[in-house]
Amino acid sequence: MSVMLEPNPEQIKEQKIYTQMGMSDEEFEMAEKILGRLPNYTETGLFSVMWSEHCSYKNSKPVLRKFPTKGPQVLQGPGEGAGIVDIGDGQAVVFKMESHNHPSAIEPYQGAATGVGGIIRDVFSMGARPIAMLNSLRFGELKTPRVKYLFEEVVAGIAGYGNCIGIPTVGGEIQFDDCYEGNPLVNAMCVGLINHEDIQKGIAAGEGNTVMYAGAKTGRDGIHGATFASEELTEASEEKRPAVQVGDPFMEKLLLEACLEVVKSDALVGIQDMGAAGLTSSSAEMASKAGHGVELNLDYIPQRETGMTAYEMMLSESQERMLIVVKKGREEEIVKIFDKYGLDCVAVGKVTNDKMLRLLHKGEVVAEVPADALAEEAPVYYKPSSVPAYFTEYQAMENVEPVVTDYKETLLNLLQQPTIASKEWVYDQYDYQVRTSTVVTPGSDAAVVRVRGTNKGLAMTTDCNSRYIYLDPVVGGKIAVAEAARNVVCSGAKPLAITDCLNFGNPENPEIFWQLEKSADGISEACIALDSPVIGGNVSLYNERSGTAVYPTPTIGLVGLVEDLAHVTTQDVKQAGDIVYVIGETKTEFGGSELQKLVEKRIFGQAPSIDLEVEATRQKSLLSAIKSGFVQSAHDIAEGGLAVALAEKAFGANGLGVEVTLNGSAITALFSESQSRFLVSVKPENAAKFEAIVNDAVKIGAVTDSNKVEITNEDGTEWISGSVDEFRSAWKGAIPCLLKSEA
Amino acid sequence: MKFAVIVFPGSNCDLDMYHAIKDELGEEVEYVWHDETDLSGFDGVLLPGGFSYGDYLRCGAISRFSNVMSEVVKAAEAGKPVLGVCNGFQVLTEAGLLPGALLRNKNLKFMCRTVGLKVENNETQFTSAYQKGEVIQIPIAHGEGNYFCDEETLARLKENNQIVFTYASENPNGSIEDIAGIINEKGNVLGMMPHPERAANDIMGGSDGLALFKSIVKQWRESHVSHA
Repeated sequence: MSVMLEPNPEQIKEQKIYTQMGMSDEEFEMAEKILGRLPNYTETGLFSVMWSEHCSYKNSKPVLRKFPTKGPQVLQGPGEGAGIVDIGDGQAVVFKMESHNHPSAIEPYQGAATGVGGIIRDVFSMGARPIAMLNSLRFGELKTPRVKYLFEEVVAGIAGYGNCIGIPTVGGEIQFDDCYEGNPLVNAMCVGLINHEDIQKGIAAGEGNTVMYAGAKTGRDGIHGATFASEELTEASEEKRPAVQVGDPFMEKLLLEACLEVVKSDALVGIQDMGAAGLTSSSAEMASKAGHGVELNLDYIPQRETGMTAYEMMLSESQERMLIVVKKGREEEIVKIFDKYGLDCVAVGKVTNDKMLRLLHKGEVVAEVPADALAEEAPVYYKPSSVPAYFTEYQAMENVEPVVTDYKETLLNLLQQPTIASKEWVYDQYDYQVRTSTVVTPGSDAAVVRVRGTNKGLAMTTDCNSRYIYLDPVVGGKIAVAEAARNVVCSGAKPLAITDCLNFGNPENPEIFWQLEKSADGISEACIALDSPVIGGNVSLYNERSGTAVYPTPTIGLVGLVEDLAHVTTQDVKQAGDIVYVIGETKTEFGGSELQKLVEKRIFGQAPSIDLEVEATRQKSLLSAIKSGFVQSAHDIAEGGLAVALAEKAFGANGLGVEVTLNGSAITALFSESQSRFLVSVKPENAAKFEAIVNDAVKIGAVTDSNKVEITNEDGTEWISGSVDEFRSAWKGAIPCLLKSEA
Repeated sequence: MKFAVIVFPGSNCDLDMYHAIKDELGEEVEYVWHDETDLSGFDGVLLPGGFSYGDYLRCGAISRFSNVMSEVVKAAEAGKPVLGVCNGFQVLTEAGLLPGALLRNKNLKFMCRTVGLKVENNETQFTSAYQKGEVIQIPIAHGEGNYFCDEETLARLKENNQIVFTYASENPNGSIEDIAGIINEKGNVLGMMPHPERAANDIMGGSDGLALFKSIVKQWRESHVSHA
């Protein structure tokens, strides 16, 4: 076996070896100052990975501080594995979303699969039972073999992991745009349920307590994964394939069941997932949060390969591992639980009172670093920001209608745009029913999962229209939160809180940093207006491929509470004769719209405007009408405008159709993407009661038994008329057809 | 009537099976961990879906060597009802309690959707509450549900009326003769890919699966009374 000789501290400094690990000269000097000596190779590794953007948020912290994170419903805000929100009856919902973009760009199946595995561990390390998964995906246009491959493999990876571990994947969203061609986005969200008394924290408290390692063995996979996640993708990124971890959902299923048994034991002090930066982040963070130190003897770490160095063990991102702290003397009780599942659980160290992370290996101290320095004292950068020229140019533009003449043809075209088209090809591969609690399955505005043993449910969705955010980050940020909330309200739930995944380009570019800053402002405003604080999330910067950044994509994951399952509402029309209403004003707003993209082949101009006060009032009144039982179906009007939303309402209802009359300019009335709008259907006998609650609802037509979508102008001119089947088959067939076509 | 839900490492529909029996059917049910060696206290045995042992090597290939499986074989020999759903069906074929094998779906993808199932044989203790030829709506969720057997076996299955369910309109996975579920010759071991336990309450979109469990209980009650 060959022995790799590690460079000595002087060589690390002189040859600037730390730069290969992503550290700057200043950061290395800071580390040297903290230690009062030169760090050795292992210590340099610890600093570099803990001070990476992925682990430290050093570039995004000033932005993250803007988010509102408090509310009477919030039990745990950002800072732990996942945030927690009270849902009454001594129960709470735990959720978080995280990105796995760079690994998925290089090795899509494993990248996506381990993204799912990682976020599930974040949730069950809090003591919660994961009950649902969602995702938010971005790809280039489905034209090249590479993009199709990425799309198919990412979906297969999510399915492979989620289906096997037995957590239903109940919802999500996918958008396609050229800017994601070289750098797809894969954001996974996990939602869990917990009883208040079971809430755990990742702390290493109590001097002398035992630090234990549980789960899969440590191998050489994923070394420096967090560092890799914090740099731009280039042609050479393919060489980083070894930095992508390999997932084993069966192992995680065992780990999940064992951990949920362990959290019931009062021998447990703290538990944390070994995610990004593996053993390093879990040990340093658990020590730092408790104000203690941790001493690990690496000789005891279960290893999959021989001859692993301290550096390799500390930086490995092997999957399905947990670090736990157990009361001294009670280790056997914990070992017994893991043993039932055939899992390793071994004592690897102890809690100390000297606030140091100390590593022993083969009888020597191989690293000794203050835990706070790693976990809390990473440098924070206040990046310069500047307004991009394109923004100034777009803001000065008038809102104009893209020109189309055949409205029916346009609707058919829009329904076939992959961003709008049916995602059945995708969710057909996800087991969305396991755990038999999925009340509203994928395809409606939000998924609803019941809380077994109660009459309550949780509505959940992910959302982000990055085109609006590109055109105007403040307004687009507001829209992202508002639309997520609209989805949840349409399903009969009150929004509780959000998690976010901030996917941006390189923050060293002042224009990118400006996008980040401004969209955070927009998100924050909307969170306050809609009473949905941010309880956690993740930042993914450097989403660029060879110098081209993705659109700013701060994905929002929102969870709402259905107080009574009787309130659950879906988007499909239910019965002929029901009245169709539109709620909200339609203006000529096409900046970043699907129609603009379709006709002009690019996006420009102003994003649709949004008034958060109007939004909040409208959501409240609609929810109140739904809870009163007056609403048969509800759907928000989003990409593609009213015509698309109307057609979608008819797709799930066999034999039914819709007939409406609109006014004004046809193109605006049919395809504008004005915000804060809904389409609902109401039984005639409830019409007066509904209108009394939602006083800005406008009657536009009725549900029919004609199996047709018919839209006419108020002067009687036919704008669109066609069978539901015709529209549905265009909408359903688009993605399978694109995948099959030769590139 | 008291049911055992067998739990292998990696089973994940055990909870669904358990709650279908307890909450929807109102019968007694217990989880039984794979290393148990006694099923004598149970009147019926349920093998749930999931990915036992991660589906590594081959679906069900490792589970069949679990301690509990020799007890499942004993229960089957004693004439107790044994139902294997999805991964449970795969385990039953691996264990030799049912003939044939489950291959990868013909499109090589996992698929989750609700399908129409035709009740081909309602003269079994699992299907007596259905009409012959009735089409019921039951969810499927599998990557390897493509039933296959040789011609001789197929002829025997037909001859003995052992094909209990077939896919009614679309054949989602390529199964030979649209087979979705089969029973052993003795008529007390049923294996099926679709999930009746997922169709046990209308809040989940349908309850067509409940009658299957009701049939089991009805038969057990009748035989229990007559033998008492």
